[in-house]
Amino acid sequence: MGNRKQNNIRNFSIIAHIDHGKSTLADRLIEKTGLLTSREMQEQVLDSMDLERERGITIKLKNVRLNYKAQDGEEYILNLIDTPGHVDFNYEVSRSLAACEGALLIVDATQGIEAQTLANVYLALEQDLEIVPIINKIDLPNARPDEVKKEIRDVIGIDAEEAPLVSAKEGLNIDQVLEEIVAKIPAPEGDINAPLKALIFDSYYDTYKGVVCYIRVFEGSIKPGMEIKMMSSNKSYEVTEVGITTSKQVPVDILEAGDVGYVLASIKNVKDARVGDTITDKNNPTKTPLPGYKKVVPMVYCGIYPAEGEDFNSVRDALEKLQVNDASLVFEPETSVALGFGFRCGFLGLLHMEIVQERLEREFDLNIVTTAPSVIYRVKKKDGEILSIQNPTNLPEETEIEYMEEPIVSASIMTPGDYVGAVMELCQNRRGIFENMEYLEENRVVMHYDMPLNEVIYDFFDALKSRTKGFASLDYELKGYKQADLVKLDILINGELVDALSTIVHRDKAYERGRTIAERLKDEIPRHQFAVPIQAAIGSKIIARETVKALRKDVLAKCYGGDITRKKKLLEKQKEGKKRMRQIGAVEVPQEAFLAVLKYDEK
Amino acid sequence: MKKIGIYIHIPFCIKKCYYCDFISYPKSRDKIAEYIDYLLLEIELYRDILKDYTINTIFIGGGTPSCIDEEYISKILDYIHKNYNTSNLEEITIEANPGTLSKQKLKSYKSFGINRISIGVQSLDDKLLKDIGRVHTSIDFYRNYETIRNLGFDNVNVDLIFGLPNQTIDQCETTLKDIIKLDVEHISYYSLILEDGTLLKKRYEEGKIDLPDEDKERYMYHKGVKLLKENGYDHYEISNFSKRGYRCKHNLVYWQLSPYIGFGIAAHSNLDNRRFWNHVNFENYYRCLKYHQLPIAGEEIINRDMEMAEYLIMGLRLIEGIDKMKFYQRFNVSVDEIYGDVFRKHEEKGLISMDENCIRFTSLGLDLSNLVYVDLLP
Repeated sequence: MGNRKQNNIRNFSIIAHIDHGKSTLADRLIEKTGLLTSREMQEQVLDSMDLERERGITIKLKNVRLNYKAQDGEEYILNLIDTPGHVDFNYEVSRSLAACEGALLIVDATQGIEAQTLANVYLALEQDLEIVPIINKIDLPNARPDEVKKEIRDVIGIDAEEAPLVSAKEGLNIDQVLEEIVAKIPAPEGDINAPLKALIFDSYYDTYKGVVCYIRVFEGSIKPGMEIKMMSSNKSYEVTEVGITTSKQVPVDILEAGDVGYVLASIKNVKDARVGDTITDKNNPTKTPLPGYKKVVPMVYCGIYPAEGEDFNSVRDALEKLQVNDASLVFEPETSVALGFGFRCGFLGLLHMEIVQERLEREFDLNIVTTAPSVIYRVKKKDGEILSIQNPTNLPEETEIEYMEEPIVSASIMTPGDYVGAVMELCQNRRGIFENMEYLEENRVVMHYDMPLNEVIYDFFDALKSRTKGFASLDYELKGYKQADLVKLDILINGELVDALSTIVHRDKAYERGRTIAERLKDEIPRHQFAVPIQAAIGSKIIARETVKALRKDVLAKCYGGDITRKKKLLEKQKEGKKRMRQIGAVEVPQEAFLAVLKYDEK
Repeated sequence: MKKIGIYIHIPFCIKKCYYCDFISYPKSRDKIAEYIDYLLLEIELYRDILKDYTINTIFIGGGTPSCIDEEYISKILDYIHKNYNTSNLEEITIEANPGTLSKQKLKSYKSFGINRISIGVQSLDDKLLKDIGRVHTSIDFYRNYETIRNLGFDNVNVDLIFGLPNQTIDQCETTLKDIIKLDVEHISYYSLILEDGTLLKKRYEEGKIDLPDEDKERYMYHKGVKLLKENGYDHYEISNFSKRGYRCKHNLVYWQLSPYIGFGIAAHSNLDNRRFWNHVNFENYYRCLKYHQLPIAGEEIINRDMEMAEYLIMGLRLIEGIDKMKFYQRFNVSVDEIYGDVFRKHEEKGLISMDENCIRFTSLGLDLSNLVYVDLLP
């Protein structure tokens, strides 16, 4: 290294809406540049988390270096930095974009621009990136590349006339994409001899190597033996290895301004190598850090409890292990009357929450109970104290509260024009305040609403999809706090208040929600020997009531011909079901019931 | 010598009833002959295994044992006598469908030594019988019943089912009263259970039939129990009632978790802490026997914990309940020591009643027995 010129480096990301083919195109580029054969790709590149593959989204970003001999005869180094595809991980997206000079914008030729596409484009524009549009999925019979080109021009304001028309799936026109990267995306700049200034755009924990930081060097250089400093924490480390990622991590002697690679420095926790931080030379520090380090704040909280028979310590160990790789996950112990000892966990958003829950269950094989998610409310008490409440149980008495504030997001919803009415109705139901609406083209609309975050986290996305036959897309960001008439909605099962089911809701919504939750719990709670009343209450006032009828008959058929084994199997199945129950007073409540308060079910 | 019960499975019927999930096939002359040949082979194969046992009871069930020619029944019984010690044989039961009996058949049964006839009456309401796929009518039953009595059978059971589609409480009571009038020695009064894979369950799930609700169904049960007791029947098992001295000895073998051997496809056996079951299809069953192998499809080894649980689960079906002394004699440990907490919990809930000698279900416990059973499993 060292003798090659910055001129021949291209650092780029790929941005797209979920399902528009980002990962597939990335795989094609890797294949086309000969880094891996398609068989190796199956084994290596795509070998990411099961969860990512199932959900068709990228959770953790990846980066890879490709060598490409362009038509001009020159050898180029193409650093591809993949980005997470979901709004919850926006901050990480913006940091990986910050490591690049350009971005490929992939638009599905059948779907056109979506809310997230737009959100990501704005992020890229904020970073001053060169945007290279690519139109994908042109092999599909309903592809409409010309309209999509026009949409890109009208909506985003970039010329897409020359955009390559590709099919990542079929491997069509991938060469054109590579040529566009070389031609359109600017080469990196930056003084190789200046003090070190490098951006951490990703980091993860490896059992053998410690924390691996992915960096983009903007100025100066970094090599083994050097003492480096994290500019946000002032912590210092000695570099043990630097390298680049091809099909695997390959150590190199030095990384210089313009390069993308990794650094090992015996760092023990990802918290100490946060995404967005600037690395500099301890002995010759740069004067100003790169813009961007931001402590990510959780937006959504929920309780995670060991299920019946599960060990508290195993849940803690698992959360700690996840946290090592996921600095945005926060948790602290808490106690629930109904559920015992557990944890209050904070997440970037609902998807992040679901992913953590699923990983706990799958990767750690834990049986957990999750309580309804909550946002952070601000409470101004009459005595002047201001509280941040993320667990409804901690809400002070109504008489002590002067007022409450709730987080508001500004939401963009992109939908075909036919569903504007349906979306408006939904948003109004969810206390949304209409801001404005733009027609992107004849039949595509983007609508902007200010919405309470607590309305968005309750099944809003499912409701939106259901009302628009899956066509609408959603993007949102935190806007601020706003006063609201909020109350705590309690649930009583067999006369006992179940703290884990308490939620904070808008007063106008309390009756409806109370009724819905009571109805759902009625379906979820099995019949007992006695009738089980389920009540929803605000303070001491009961606002809804349902009853699970008493069980009258629970017997086995005659044991004919001595087939005890089969009868026993039926009993064992019944017993297995009981294991997934939490005992609340005299009532056995299945774990699913705690999630019942969340499910989307609009009548 | 140790006592053992024998069960013989005859997997043939004229037609399958809609609620039935036992293994049975439409009868055909060739198939029956072939099956009986293999059944005899199986009986012979157990000769050595059972050499230390004396046969106490034989139960010929199905399917419909009465739908095959009586010579086959004769052959089977001959083979048992030939291969085993039958000097202590006390009870030979055959199950019969009223639509498949004749005077000749019954006469033969009598001559083979069969001393107990179990008649699948289910209901005396002809419309209900038709709705559940039975091939007989109430007249068939009455006619055959008379013959049975005339031939001198003095131990007759009648099977009844309640909770049938659209059955009213009146219909249910009428059938029961009419049977009581006959003064039969034994009555089995079963609750209809919708088993997986039955036509009845399918129709129910499709909303094509309506069943009495739980309250009504339980009323039918408790009303039935009351009627039977008032008429001199001893309620000795959840669903079984008998005149004094006429409990079904063979079924008691199951309820007391005593040894039994089942012959024929899908038959179950319980011997020396092993429970095993035969292949359910003819091909596999025949293939094993051709090579003189036992036609066993699977087995479960019953360890001591499981045996105790099963002993309680089966034993609690008996109304007199679990005799603590007998439990101690069998397992050398007191039932209170191991299951005291479970039983006390359910005593509090009103499902179990206990005294120094006995543990039994309360009337409510009989309705909700699974709640207790689940806690008894190891």
